Amino acid sequence: MPKHTPLYNSHIAAGARMVDFGGWEMPINYGSQIEEHNKVRQAAGMFDVSHMTVVDINGPQARHFLSYLLANDVAKLKNPGQAFYSCMLNEKGGVVDDLITYFLDETFFRVVVNAATHDKDMAWITSKAQAFDVVVTERPELAMIAVQGPVAREVVLALMVPKDAAVAAELKPFSAGQFGELFIARTGYTGEDGFEISLHAELAARLWSQLLAAGVAPCGLGARDTLRLEAGMNLYGQDMDESVTPLESALAWTVALKDERAFVGKHALMEQRVRGVESKLVGLVLQGRGVLRPGQRILTGAGDGVTTSGSFSPTLQKAIAFARIPKDATQSCQVEIRGKLLDCSIVRPPFARNGTVCEGII
Amino acid sequence: MSNIPSHLQYTESHEWVSTEDNGNARIGISDHAQEALGDLVFVELPVVGDEINQGDPCAVVESVKAASDIYAPVSGKVIAINEELDADPALINADPYGDGWLFELELYDSEELEGLKDAESYELILED
Repeated sequence: MPKHTPLYNSHIAAGARMVDFGGWEMPINYGSQIEEHNKVRQAAGMFDVSHMTVVDINGPQARHFLSYLLANDVAKLKNPGQAFYSCMLNEKGGVVDDLITYFLDETFFRVVVNAATHDKDMAWITSKAQAFDVVVTERPELAMIAVQGPVAREVVLALMVPKDAAVAAELKPFSAGQFGELFIARTGYTGEDGFEISLHAELAARLWSQLLAAGVAPCGLGARDTLRLEAGMNLYGQDMDESVTPLESALAWTVALKDERAFVGKHALMEQRVRGVESKLVGLVLQGRGVLRPGQRILTGAGDGVTTSGSFSPTLQKAIAFARIPKDATQSCQVEIRGKLLDCSIVRPPFARNGTVCEGII
Repeated sequence: MSNIPSHLQYTESHEWVSTEDNGNARIGISDHAQEALGDLVFVELPVVGDEINQGDPCAVVESVKAASDIYAPVSGKVIAINEELDADPALINADPYGDGWLFELELYDSEELEGLKDAESYELILED
């Protein structure tokens, strides 16, 4: 039996085409994926992300535990409400998962991990937590709606009581707060401004219809994938997994290696940094016509590589991809599509954010 | 509900064939196929003059989601391709049986047409 989020009936009512995603029956689109994508870049769209795993870490050693569990340094979270992106690694430096951590108070942090990796993440987190004075609690009763786009915050704020709205309006990027029943974070996976709102499952359908009535377009996993690809954001299981480190996955910026802090995977990363990486994750833009897909062979002057994600970019009107290629490859390469070799430029993502193509991409 | 015009013939792989007045066959993909693929963004067509055999993969349509091969419903020589699709592949989504046609063949063996499905049998395939 596939799992359903609290918004399943709302999706069916909106005419969603449903697909399996990590055991969850989720909307892939509600009609045109490209229209949904453009709505997020130009106005506001919403995604049901209730399938994602919310885990609360409570206890006197909550910060100490996360300082050991995560490759990014939780000491960067100084004020309650601050959030950051991090990987959690295995002893070899391979990526177990990527996640967002919210600092709520010294005895309360919240992490949100991927849905498709739920079981192994929970096993990993609870096993590592045993040495610390913390309680790990999953919050399956919470639903989550991501409202994204240049007018997304405005629309959400208009639905809140004025007192809360005034405070929520001041949330900085990568910060969050609890407003009555709503946990509101100024985060997302699209390269646009917006909020991710967690709330009790019983309240989710009502908020969804309010947003719908306010003109927010329901968007499926299809648009979510092209938006995050344009925004230069990795997808776990596709662009990185346990066989590669953050240093090989364009995520060196999320790893804090400079201090004395001990964390899982640090030793392996230090060794790799001294030895040097052999491959890197880059962005590709196909020069001619066609579509890049995951798993295509890439030919460079420094050796072969492979695309890890790829699609047609509605914002660029060209095919774009992430590819893992030899570290010495620069500027251009070729992709093999159905036996033909086509030219691609090698770029540094993001490709598009905040409604427009980023500088230096085309 | 998928639109299945009764004057066309179909394949199990969701191509349609229209027999023109001059005896040539015009080929496209069904409404069901375009809907399942989603927004089309790229089409690779055969070249005029190509000779293709029934069942050969002879074109590719790509949506944001996936690439899909088009199989020749009948054998023949390519005498025309829909050049509009180059600039606007979404014509296939908007009008799969009209402006979204793919290519035209001069038939080698009109008896091959008899093996294709009529609208009613194609609808049964979709219901399975």
